[in-house]
Amino acid sequence: MKQKSDFWKRDTTRSVLASLISIVIGMVVGGIVILIVGMTNKSLTIGSALEGIRLVIGGIFCTGRDAAGSLTFGFSPVNLGNMLFRAIPLILTGLSVAIAFKTGLFNIGAPGQYLMGTAATLFIALSIPTAAVPAWIVWILAFLGGMAAGAVWGAIPGAVKAFLNINEVLACIMTNWIAANLVTWAFDASSLKNVAEYGKTGYVYKTTFNGVATPKLGLDKLFPGSQVNAGILIALLFAVLIYILMSKTTLGYELKACGANRHAARYAGIRDKRNIVLSMAIAGALAGTAGSLYYLSGNTEFFWSTYQSLPAVGFNGIPVALLAVNNPIAVIFTGIFMSALDVAGQQLTSLTAYNEYITSVIIAVIVYLSAFSLVIKMWISGGRKPRHGKAAKEDAAVESASELGSSAVTPPVPDPADETPPAEAAPEKGGEE
Amino acid sequence: MSFLIQQTLIYAVPLMIVALAGIFSERSGTINLALEGIMIFGAFIGVLFIKLSQSAGMFADAKAAGDWGALQGFMLLAMLVSAAAGAIFSLLLSFACINLRADQTIGGTALNLMAPALVLFLIRIIANQNTLQMNGDAASWFMIKKTMLGYAKTDQLGFFANTFLNKVWLSTYVCLLVFIILSILLYKTRFGLRLRSCGENPQASDSLGINVYRMRYTGTSISGALAGMGGFVYALTTANGSANGDVAGFGFLALAVMIFGNWNPLNVAGASLLFGLFKCIAASYSSIDLNGDGVYWLAQIGISPNFYRLLPYLITLLVLAFTSKSSRAPKAEGIPYDKSTR
Repeated sequence: MKQKSDFWKRDTTRSVLASLISIVIGMVVGGIVILIVGMTNKSLTIGSALEGIRLVIGGIFCTGRDAAGSLTFGFSPVNLGNMLFRAIPLILTGLSVAIAFKTGLFNIGAPGQYLMGTAATLFIALSIPTAAVPAWIVWILAFLGGMAAGAVWGAIPGAVKAFLNINEVLACIMTNWIAANLVTWAFDASSLKNVAEYGKTGYVYKTTFNGVATPKLGLDKLFPGSQVNAGILIALLFAVLIYILMSKTTLGYELKACGANRHAARYAGIRDKRNIVLSMAIAGALAGTAGSLYYLSGNTEFFWSTYQSLPAVGFNGIPVALLAVNNPIAVIFTGIFMSALDVAGQQLTSLTAYNEYITSVIIAVIVYLSAFSLVIKMWISGGRKPRHGKAAKEDAAVESASELGSSAVTPPVPDPADETPPAEAAPEKGGEE
Repeated sequence: MSFLIQQTLIYAVPLMIVALAGIFSERSGTINLALEGIMIFGAFIGVLFIKLSQSAGMFADAKAAGDWGALQGFMLLAMLVSAAAGAIFSLLLSFACINLRADQTIGGTALNLMAPALVLFLIRIIANQNTLQMNGDAASWFMIKKTMLGYAKTDQLGFFANTFLNKVWLSTYVCLLVFIILSILLYKTRFGLRLRSCGENPQASDSLGINVYRMRYTGTSISGALAGMGGFVYALTTANGSANGDVAGFGFLALAVMIFGNWNPLNVAGASLLFGLFKCIAASYSSIDLNGDGVYWLAQIGISPNFYRLLPYLITLLVLAFTSKSSRAPKAEGIPYDKSTR
């Protein structure tokens, strides 16, 4: 019995459980919305609502409709491969948001950094002629260029936060919109607009136009017919690298110290301003890499007139990071979960009268719940033993940290167990699917 | 010139009213990052309300009878409906941030994600496309024109009357009135003092018998109502009466205006006029004729429209950089109130 209570007390267990509860509640809310719409709208039936709910839960395993018109489920290599492909940018933006969170910053600027990374990558990949330079060198240059552009764009809000004490949330939002307009401007003036294919307006050439594309490394044999490529391996590598950076190096320790209490960190001799800029630059580089890898795949097209809307992938990094409680390894699984939800949304649009925005509703509910994940965690442990010391203490610590923080909006995100081994996160994935 | 003033007002008024929404929330101690989301939601509900009553035929009768007073009343009703919707939507934020002591930034972000998702999901089901549009040319039916005020079509009005009475929306003046009344409420009444005290030192307020939770709920709900109304006004006047789950970052711009205006209504009014001007230049730089000689020099100097579009955001960032040292946020904003810390 004692062992059991220890299990429930552990921070990792509680974090995983809180995330799972958030996911389940999000799914239930999504289902309820579908059900309400299905019942109140005259042109839709209850049956279609139930089909919609089944798709939301198991869309990734849906293989379409059979001759009788009912949904069929089974192993779908196309869906799974596409899920892995779409997970690439989600994992990377998730890492971007997570590393900023650890330094006490809320990186809502991932969409802008993603756009700048995309633009730099496409410009490099399409303007260096592969006749003169080998394609793999162009690929590497484009990849690094995207990363650097993202880093610069992330460092701007970091710098104004560190030196001028401007709320980083506002600075990020402004840089987002500046990036959206700059990218539109740059492509508008460039010669990279796709005019070769008839009927295409507003798209940039695919990188394959210049013979540059991420290698597939045999993954296309594993998931025939899908878009998956070696980018997913790079994303996984980055997650592991960030994990090592944050929990095994001095720099990672300093970043986390700044996140816990900036003033105490400075008192201890840590250069807080440098670390804030650095953290945002790393976060920006990760978001830039996300855009870079997504468009280097060679089968994705960039719609360059982006000044009216920001890419949703950037914002979806926030739920990915929050669900993973900012743990880089857990980000892999939550990123894959989010992209599974994304694929389910696409299925919903193509197979039923409902549309993919319901998955955004689910994601929003999950973010909403993670805002008070601390309370959920307290319920989990508190339900078994009324409000034991650890939860209460943690709560107080978080609050005093946010009171001491210079910024009014230091996100008091609970510091997760840093030593979470990958094996601990594995059951989480099992529950998600 | 009167075109420039009118256009600036069209952009400045939603900014002003939404920035005031931010003031009410932050003065009571809750950061309302969800202004953007609440605007989107309010715009959707307002447009939906007008569309539904159009389908019910209520509106065509007034239009056919030429009863302009009824039409204006109708628009005011839609503003009230969207304000109510905004207030209800903001309860989600209040509940999470006040009762559950959640992180206010993340809670606000959640609402910002939620509003466009929900709105687009419903719009796609209702209209089978990504935009919900009022039937017919409804947005212009609500516009006040000189013929409605008894002038003939050919009458030459003076500069003043031409600017403020012809081709304007009643909503502009209603919003200005609401802005003035609520500013007085916040600064010259006992209720306003109590509300502001909860954003500065809630522990002290509580010790004097003020219910901090209730005050914060009130502040956030007023904030939601104003943002919802601002969203509808934005949809009506600048988006041609359509809702598409997007207000182009207006809610965030309003937050920046609020910080630039130092959480003070008078400064905020000035700041929103400035930003309204920039937004106006971005939207209609090619048809601005400054001195009436028929030369559109902003279009002729040949700068890319993208530059004008990014200008408001760039200037916001620069202005914040220069004013951040002197800005003074309410002391207790962003910190959930816990009775046990008194």
